[in-house]
Amino acid sequence: MLRLPGAGPRTPGHLISAADLSRDEAVLILDTAEEMARVADRPIKKLPTLRGRTVVNLFFEDSTRTRISFEAAAKRLSADVINFSAKGSSVSKGESLKDTALTLEAMGADAVVIRHGASGAPYRLATSGWIDGVVVNAGDGTHEHPTQALLDAFTLRRRLVGADAGIGRDLDGRRVTIVGDVLHSRVARSNVLLLHTLGAHVTVVAPPTLVPIGVERWPCEVSYDLDRVLPESDAVMMLRVQRERMNAAFFPTEREYSRRYGLNGERMGRMPGKSIVMHPGPMNRGMEITAEVADSDRCTAVEQVANGVSIRMAVLYLLLGGNEPAVTHSRLNAEENK
Amino acid sequence: MDTSDTSETGRIGETGRTEGAGEAARPVLEAPDIARALTRIAHEIVERAKGADDVVLLGIPTRGVFLARRLAGKLAEITGRSIPVGSLDITMYRDDLRLRPARALARTDIPGDGVDGRLVVLVDDVLFSGRTIRAALDALGDIGRPRAVQLAVLVDRGHRELPIRADYVGKNLPTSLRETVKVQLAEEDGRDTVLLGLKQPAASGER
Repeated sequence: MLRLPGAGPRTPGHLISAADLSRDEAVLILDTAEEMARVADRPIKKLPTLRGRTVVNLFFEDSTRTRISFEAAAKRLSADVINFSAKGSSVSKGESLKDTALTLEAMGADAVVIRHGASGAPYRLATSGWIDGVVVNAGDGTHEHPTQALLDAFTLRRRLVGADAGIGRDLDGRRVTIVGDVLHSRVARSNVLLLHTLGAHVTVVAPPTLVPIGVERWPCEVSYDLDRVLPESDAVMMLRVQRERMNAAFFPTEREYSRRYGLNGERMGRMPGKSIVMHPGPMNRGMEITAEVADSDRCTAVEQVANGVSIRMAVLYLLLGGNEPAVTHSRLNAEENK
Repeated sequence: MDTSDTSETGRIGETGRTEGAGEAARPVLEAPDIARALTRIAHEIVERAKGADDVVLLGIPTRGVFLARRLAGKLAEITGRSIPVGSLDITMYRDDLRLRPARALARTDIPGDGVDGRLVVLVDDVLFSGRTIRAALDALGDIGRPRAVQLAVLVDRGHRELPIRADYVGKNLPTSLRETVKVQLAEEDGRDTVLLGLKQPAASGER
């Protein structure tokens, strides 16, 4: 358990990286999310569990779906939610992360959900001793986005194993292909790490210019040929081409990218019968995915959004629900013990 | 079921079994006793509900669910109709959530026709402080508005901390607070029995 210098008797756990989750912890989060998903079917979609706790959404980068997903999750658990976006706040006047964190601490934040453009900002926040609360990484730079990976794993398990049949089980032996801008994608990195932990075989497919340095150390295979990988994929995860990060000539034209790495109806036809197409959103229709594929039954993009709320409820419950978190942070623990 | 000390309850699966307490534990109910108690409760439900037309049985996980299913089977034998049976997880409504690490959730499964306007019979294994039932009533309030709510328990061991009583009791078991009551059911534990033991000092220390 992480113990910060000067921390109170409450010892926070954090969710910084998908790599910190053990197989059992990841399955516990998925199982908890399965029960949370059932709350959405009830007339009163609210649980009293986090009453009186404050969750701050600290968003230094633009995000709509992740922020409202965390907000919906916290509110369904009866937590108080404070939204803090960098635009129009003290950050645009030059306040540092430290001063922002100290302000939130003074306001009594029990959990801080942080999205930041700099890789490692959530780790800094969690280990700095600036705040006592729980830190949840909602995307940091090109590093990680663990709750996205969890909701993708949840969607995979529901579709490929079954909602009820999947309880207590992982994704052993399933083949998942991640296609697109792996270089800039925190979603890809978190997914590779988490899906590997859950026993899935992951293949990353991208133009050579969009494969990150050091990918050979990732627990996955790398391919440059989408058509060769498709017939043996249980799921294909299409990544968004992040135009805002395309500051160099990573590929000649969008048309060429789309022709070689985009998913169209004809390519989808070559995938196995029950396989699914995933997309973390927002989709660039016509770029990495055609409208035909995006609107087909096999595309789970909308389902992933709904599952995102359940997963974030599970994460907030397991980190904040008891007197100490049910999910520990093994990497930070290791450093603590040095 | 009690919420103040897991070592006292039948829900030992959640926090690790307190096997050590088994040494001094002696059985107070055996399988035939449990079966007879459930049969009597089923008849009482039919009698008091005047035919059990609108009864919905909701078991409280883990062992309450198995008891609810057994009761539903006996009610079906008596009335000749199938009785809706489900489960109601109360974890998120507990009043001691912040005293312990966050715990795994169990399944809430409400029968298709819901609970609105029906007679809901909550089923649990041990009635102790009454806090579990308080949580169950809160959870039920978020799911619908039953015509009435009743409570059936296999063992009532006393020591209530809230104004709650059971409508149907398998066995009243006067206990001291130093004693533990463990219900074991074939579905979960491989055999049917109710054990009365002495609380281990270590078990209370881990609270």
